[in-house]
Amino acid sequence: MLALLVLIPIAAFIAILLGAPARLTAVGASATNLALGLCAVFTWKCPSWSFSVPVMEKPAMNLAFGFPPDGMSVIMVALTVIVTMAAVLSGKAPEGREKLYFGSSLLISGGALGAFAATDLFFFYAFHELALIPTFLMIGILGRGNRKEAAWKITIYLGLGSIILLAGLVWLANLTGTFDIATMIACKGSVDPAAQKGIAALLLVGFGTLVSLFPFHSWAAPAYASAPAPVAMLHAGVLKKFGLYGLLRIAIPLVPDGLNVWLNLLLVLLLGNILWIGFVTINQKRLDSMLGYSSVMHMGYIFLAIAALIAFPGNTLAMPAAVLLMFAHGISIALLFGLADVIERHTGSLDLADLGGLAKAAPKLAFIFGIAAMASIGLPGLANFAGEVLVFLSAFKSYNGTAGLGPVQIAGICSVWGVVISAVYMLRAYRNIFHGPSVKATESAMDISLADRIPAVLLIVALFAVGLYPNILLNLLKQVL
Amino acid sequence: MPAYYLEALTVTLGIILLLAEAFVPTKNKCWVGIAAAIGLGLILSLTALAIGPEAKPAAAWAKWPLWNFYKFDALARFYKIFALVTTIFIVLMSVDYRKILARFTEQPDSENGTGEFYALPVFACTGMMFLASAKDLAGAFVALELVTITFYILVAYMRRNVGSLEAGVKYLILGALSTGFLVYGIAWVYGSTGTMNLSNLQSSISNLQSPIPLLFGIALVMVGLGFKIGAVPMQIWIPDVYQGAPTPTTAFLSVGSKAAGFILMIRFLEPFLSSELTRGPVMKLLIILSIATLLFGNLAAIPQTNFKRLLAYSSIAHAGFLLLALAAGVSPSADNLGSTQVVSFYLATYLIMTLGVFFILSQVRIQRDGENITDFNGLGKTNPILALSLTVLLAALAGVPLTAGFIGKFLVFSLAVKSNLWAGVGVAFIAAAAGFYYYFKVIRAMWWSSPGESVPVTLPGISKTCVTILTVATLVFGIWPQPILALLK
Repeated sequence: MLALLVLIPIAAFIAILLGAPARLTAVGASATNLALGLCAVFTWKCPSWSFSVPVMEKPAMNLAFGFPPDGMSVIMVALTVIVTMAAVLSGKAPEGREKLYFGSSLLISGGALGAFAATDLFFFYAFHELALIPTFLMIGILGRGNRKEAAWKITIYLGLGSIILLAGLVWLANLTGTFDIATMIACKGSVDPAAQKGIAALLLVGFGTLVSLFPFHSWAAPAYASAPAPVAMLHAGVLKKFGLYGLLRIAIPLVPDGLNVWLNLLLVLLLGNILWIGFVTINQKRLDSMLGYSSVMHMGYIFLAIAALIAFPGNTLAMPAAVLLMFAHGISIALLFGLADVIERHTGSLDLADLGGLAKAAPKLAFIFGIAAMASIGLPGLANFAGEVLVFLSAFKSYNGTAGLGPVQIAGICSVWGVVISAVYMLRAYRNIFHGPSVKATESAMDISLADRIPAVLLIVALFAVGLYPNILLNLLKQVL
Repeated sequence: MPAYYLEALTVTLGIILLLAEAFVPTKNKCWVGIAAAIGLGLILSLTALAIGPEAKPAAAWAKWPLWNFYKFDALARFYKIFALVTTIFIVLMSVDYRKILARFTEQPDSENGTGEFYALPVFACTGMMFLASAKDLAGAFVALELVTITFYILVAYMRRNVGSLEAGVKYLILGALSTGFLVYGIAWVYGSTGTMNLSNLQSSISNLQSPIPLLFGIALVMVGLGFKIGAVPMQIWIPDVYQGAPTPTTAFLSVGSKAAGFILMIRFLEPFLSSELTRGPVMKLLIILSIATLLFGNLAAIPQTNFKRLLAYSSIAHAGFLLLALAAGVSPSADNLGSTQVVSFYLATYLIMTLGVFFILSQVRIQRDGENITDFNGLGKTNPILALSLTVLLAALAGVPLTAGFIGKFLVFSLAVKSNLWAGVGVAFIAAAAGFYYYFKVIRAMWWSSPGESVPVTLPGISKTCVTILTVATLVFGIWPQPILALLK
């Protein structure tokens, strides 16, 4: 049953290739998937969801394509189907390139779903690669501005990151002698400390590059700035989370001691994400690259939760915090990229200096963008707040208040300043775009159309639902703990 | 049916084609090619019936002395199928390539001089099929020469084209040199062990007082074989010959000739790898060869601007991965694939991907009159489906997951890790990363560059069918490699 989730987008991609009406097929497939995905959230424990098809029985390795899902994968699946729906609804395909535009979006979505649902290391990795290739191609073909350079940069960075990651995964699979993730975790004793250290380094760099961990982040902002809207939404919102998901799913259960060796380095790097990239974000002059950098910056919080989990393996708060924030950030950044695309289509510019007073001409757009900005800053009531609060709490989880502050707590204290930084750049951007006197570009700008409002509202509903009642997601994670 | 019927039938087919070719009207010689493909297809279906003497010991033919030179096992069947499939695709590619072929042969306006181009690959195929069964170095040598001499003609076939002639001369001289090494090496092996029969070699090795003369012989043979598979430092000829030769010949060289070299290497090294006396040095030789080949092939491919030349370097690079699998020296067990099986599997995936790319390249060469990467500019706009196929094939060559190329590379890596060849694994990772870069250069040209004034490429029917089959096979075997692995059991 759950296999359908992966097969529908890929089948729709093939159908589009063979000549089916692109937009209609894409929307239909995404809507079906949205229904299926949300259904999965509530019923995933039912055994009919899980299945397993052996692919390569030959002695070499027992590859099997299948998923008995757990709560974490179901949350990621839900994130994917929601963002996919929004992505195919927003954005405007260039004349004559609809096939490519919608087909690639579906392929990215199918790849992400496959990666999040897979129980097998091979398919976990393979589906992510499947999603990356259309991402590269779309940025190169349909991107804006300096598209070729940006696309080549993301190709090389993520290609290299994936290969380093592959090295770590192959090493792990060879030591444990299987590709089934659950079996691997069961026999993690066969990973000796020296190997743990090496594997942890490879996985941190590999997954880290995919999630734009400082200093492997420089592909992100230019790529998002030039990517077409659905690609930016899908990559920043969904596909990038693959690296974090991989750390939680594979690295932490399998090589906890190895990761502990690199803990202090990781803390420094994540502060690099939050503080250094935070200041870089403040300095951006264009909305799209500002959003790109902000998405790099917010990864730091999730890394903080992961670091807290590495430091105190018994930390019951860290994993839910990370997953919750992954979900929240995925939705909010997708919303922001979608709205940025609307602003650009209506005013013709994303340069903050060229914009101003848009709220007069487009009050609805201003209102929706305001909610998105608040979510990104982390205002209570919205999902990001729940995630960020849990992250900060998890950093102090096993701190008893008498000893001196440990490195994780210090990093936690420093990262709280990130919220201030977020507020500075988000509010500044909001003021620059929507307030102040109208300029030429914004005087006669149209307000957001109904067609563009639907995906935005979908994402906002998700943000509020999780923000007001985070237990929707947290209950799913109880099993995993 | 005794297995050697297959070779007999193939060589008969070749002779019939040569004879019949004289009577085919000069306007349309392509029928020779189509007949060749059909004939080879029939022989391919007969491989299922072929049996060795073990299966029917009572039969008269099972007692023939031929079986001292010829053996038939799963591996032999696999490589016979491999040779036949490759040749069928090559002949079909030649049919669609005949316009260029005619332009540079006897009379530019007729197909008068093109007929033999379809018959010659059939002879080379016979040689490759016999090599798969070679049990005796003398027989193996004769078969290898049948392949090589056929290739001398095929490479220089376009005699009015300077590039093709240059390639022919280079291939002839270096090929002759490598043959010299090979024969000299065989002589040393024979001199020190007293036998040329590979199945007797192992027992003779154990009686040796000093392995030095034998090792010298092995090293010389490896030079000769290294030339066939394109291992560094015997790769010098590859870029020039690949670039100059007619495209179907290049494809044949890079798939067929390489596979022939590898099956002979597998057969030849088998006794030496299972003997304690020679195992150590031979493994060392293999790992050095593989590291050098991986580094050279992949790094030298990076700056290439001619697509055909790029494929030449990529062919060297893949030889490096194959050598790494051999160097791992893992023998097959119930739980694991052995080096031999992994090499064979890798070659099978390599066949699929490489031939697909060459089919597209040969048509782009004809219709856009160029083989540079820039000639692929904007293919994604003019021919989206064709560009998508080429993207899949190139991604498979680079080793992107869910394509056949990934499984091949993956198996090689796991073998190397299992044997603790850390230097090899490290270099192979660098090599794979470089591979991503240079294959994506072509993908980038197709999708990100504008077509300029280039015309859309229209694939003729045969090429279109073949490209479709090969692309689909790349994807299917990337998810479900079982059918190929089953052939290797």
